[in-house]
Amino acid sequence: MAKRKSDVGTLYKGSPGQWSWLLHRITGVAVILFLFAHVVDTAVVGWGPEAYNRVVSVYHNWVVKLLELGLVAAVLYHAINGVKIMVFDFWPATTRHMKGIALASTIIFVLSMIPITWIMGQGILEDAGVL
Amino acid sequence: MAVEAPERSTPAPGDRSPGIRGRERPVGGFELWSWLFMRISGLVLLVLAVGHVLIMHVWDDGVDRVDFGFVAARWQSPFWRTWDWALLVLALIHGINGLRIIVQDYVRWPGVRFAIDMAFFVIGFGLFVLGTVVVFTFDPSQWPGTV
Repeated sequence: MAKRKSDVGTLYKGSPGQWSWLLHRITGVAVILFLFAHVVDTAVVGWGPEAYNRVVSVYHNWVVKLLELGLVAAVLYHAINGVKIMVFDFWPATTRHMKGIALASTIIFVLSMIPITWIMGQGILEDAGVL
Repeated sequence: MAVEAPERSTPAPGDRSPGIRGRERPVGGFELWSWLFMRISGLVLLVLAVGHVLIMHVWDDGVDRVDFGFVAARWQSPFWRTWDWALLVLALIHGINGLRIIVQDYVRWPGVRFAIDMAFFVIGFGLFVLGTVVVFTFDPSQWPGTV
């Protein structure tokens, strides 16, 4: 049988689930790697104000704040997609509406990121000297 | 029709079509407990981690207000010390178990897999000890005038 045109040289077209599966992994790894660093930087509080204030001043840099916005997005995506996974796993009948529920969870994530980006974005732009 | 990719690495043979059967899950033993733990801790972390991120990073100028005095004032409350410690423990176990599942998928040689898993486990245990000691022994009265 001849190959269809869509089989050749195009992106693999699986279920939308493959993308949420990949994003769940990427955001999860990002968050745990940040946590490794975050436990250490918070522990510095036990060495007094001078040491701790020096360490947290890193977080007040606007480039780091941009990464911080990414961290908040990663935690939220992982949380909302995690709820979606639990809905499918604990109520298997809902997998019949897999695509609709996946779309709904994506919309919830995007909508929740709008005010967060607005709030955190102002701080980033102020520190960057734009606002 | 395509099925959502399984979230963990133990593929079950047989019917992969969606419907009333739902997604694959481990049939028993340690992997079933791990599967259950990820979901229950995930639900708790939904409150602890999302709450932490919104309070500390988004609300009220976010990290701009965080310094030694802020932490000292916050940790005067046993509620926040308990919150932060529970978050530390659950996030570490949830995250390192997640790393273990990913390593299962991408590292085939058992010796290397074991070595990577052990490295993460040791890092996790070390951070658990460090974080626990700091959360429960922190005493700002050592530095008068900072609170």
